[in-house]
Amino acid sequence: MKYLDEYRDGDVATKIVAEMRRIQTQPWVLMEVCGGQTHSIVKNGLDQLLPPGVELVHGPGCPVCVTPLEMIDKAHAIARLPGVIFCSFGDMLRVPGSDGDLFTIKSNGGDVRIVYSPLDCLKIARANPDKQIVFFAIGFETTAPANAMLAWRAREENMTNVSLLVSHVLVPPALEAILASPENRVQGFLGPGHVCAVMGYSEYLPISARYKVPIVITGFEPLDILQGVLMTIQQLEENRAVVENQYSRVLDQVGNLPAQKLVGKVFEVSDRKWRGIGNIPRSGYRLREEFAVHDAEKIFDVAEIATLEPAICISGEILRGIKKPHDCPAFGTLCNPQHPLGATMVSAEGACAAYYAYGRHLKPQGKDAQHQIADPVHATGGSA
Amino acid sequence: MCLAIPGKVVETYDQGGLRMAKVQFGGITREACLEYLPDTQTGEYVLVHVGFAITKVDEVEAERTYQALMELDQLNELESPVVEELDEIEAAKQATTSRFIKARNGHEIS
Repeated sequence: MKYLDEYRDGDVATKIVAEMRRIQTQPWVLMEVCGGQTHSIVKNGLDQLLPPGVELVHGPGCPVCVTPLEMIDKAHAIARLPGVIFCSFGDMLRVPGSDGDLFTIKSNGGDVRIVYSPLDCLKIARANPDKQIVFFAIGFETTAPANAMLAWRAREENMTNVSLLVSHVLVPPALEAILASPENRVQGFLGPGHVCAVMGYSEYLPISARYKVPIVITGFEPLDILQGVLMTIQQLEENRAVVENQYSRVLDQVGNLPAQKLVGKVFEVSDRKWRGIGNIPRSGYRLREEFAVHDAEKIFDVAEIATLEPAICISGEILRGIKKPHDCPAFGTLCNPQHPLGATMVSAEGACAAYYAYGRHLKPQGKDAQHQIADPVHATGGSA
Repeated sequence: MCLAIPGKVVETYDQGGLRMAKVQFGGITREACLEYLPDTQTGEYVLVHVGFAITKVDEVEAERTYQALMELDQLNELESPVVEELDEIEAAKQATTSRFIKARNGHEIS
């Protein structure tokens, strides 16, 4: 397919990695922000191509992963109600709450439907005027315009049987939370390409300046990611820390203004709890007061649900780049995609689920063992 | 979740007050909302996320990025030529060429 195939060329990938080897003089820890990037990196083995000492840690940019358990339990409580058609993107359906997942609710007779676009909910609402249509509006800035359009059209068309259960999160406050932590290891970021396609990248300029950290807004194909890594290493080696745009075929500094405008009319910034990380001030969206009749949290009286996450799960540290899936004693044993214990295993874009799906079951032996095959000269001697 | 796929706009139309398009992804055609890219024309490439076109793909920038990547190793070769290896490659090429010429001229390949 055009604009996909050319960014998957193995020969060019080799050239980019050779350039990294040429310029790199010391170890660097980079974080890719987006779950989609994590998936692409693990699927294509890009982290194993990198020169020894260039480490990728996996960021919090998987909205399914960071949706708090309380919100999932709320969704399930609403989906179980008679007279409700509960609509969701497909990847939320198998995320377990305290008591089963949306598939279980569906198999027990609940009306749970997967939608391709939030606008599908309008069609369902028109066809079912006697039912309440509730949409699970999750996502980062990329998805906010689509979800905002559903709320906007529902209000414009006075469709009182359409509501949204909103659990929206924002990337910049999460980056600040990671950088402000005393445990932080991240020295440079691959920024979220599609979030910035909507929002532009102005918001990242003050973060890069304040924390003196390079942020390279990066795409999702293998060559995009390798080039993003190269551009970040170039900055670090030259002792620069600015925002750069690898993904210039898709975005500019300004982003999509009509989308930002409607998002601003429908949503307002609010505090949000992130699964595995905790509360981050001003890190999400909620519906504005004018949309109260379409706000599922206000319409449905769902009691606050107390939830308990398994103590063994280290997903919070994984989401902040402090640990890797292999560091968890439950990874691949007690915790797997069929029985996830925490945030990073619940969605295919979570770091743990990606490691599991692509056969990264064993921890590399020795510090740089993953590089032994590719670069025997620099390997530090593991036992494998 | 933030997956967005590039596709070619093949038709634009109005549906219930919303500007919509048929977008082709390889062999598959799906509907996408164009409200956030109102000036999109047929034939242009857009990135589609959950049924919404969120941005256009800039053909010139796509080409520029790709060319820059293709040219990466030319810089390397200028700075660090590995002479022995180059000689070996050149010798191998010449051997192959002469074998090819012999074969073409009806000589036996030993």
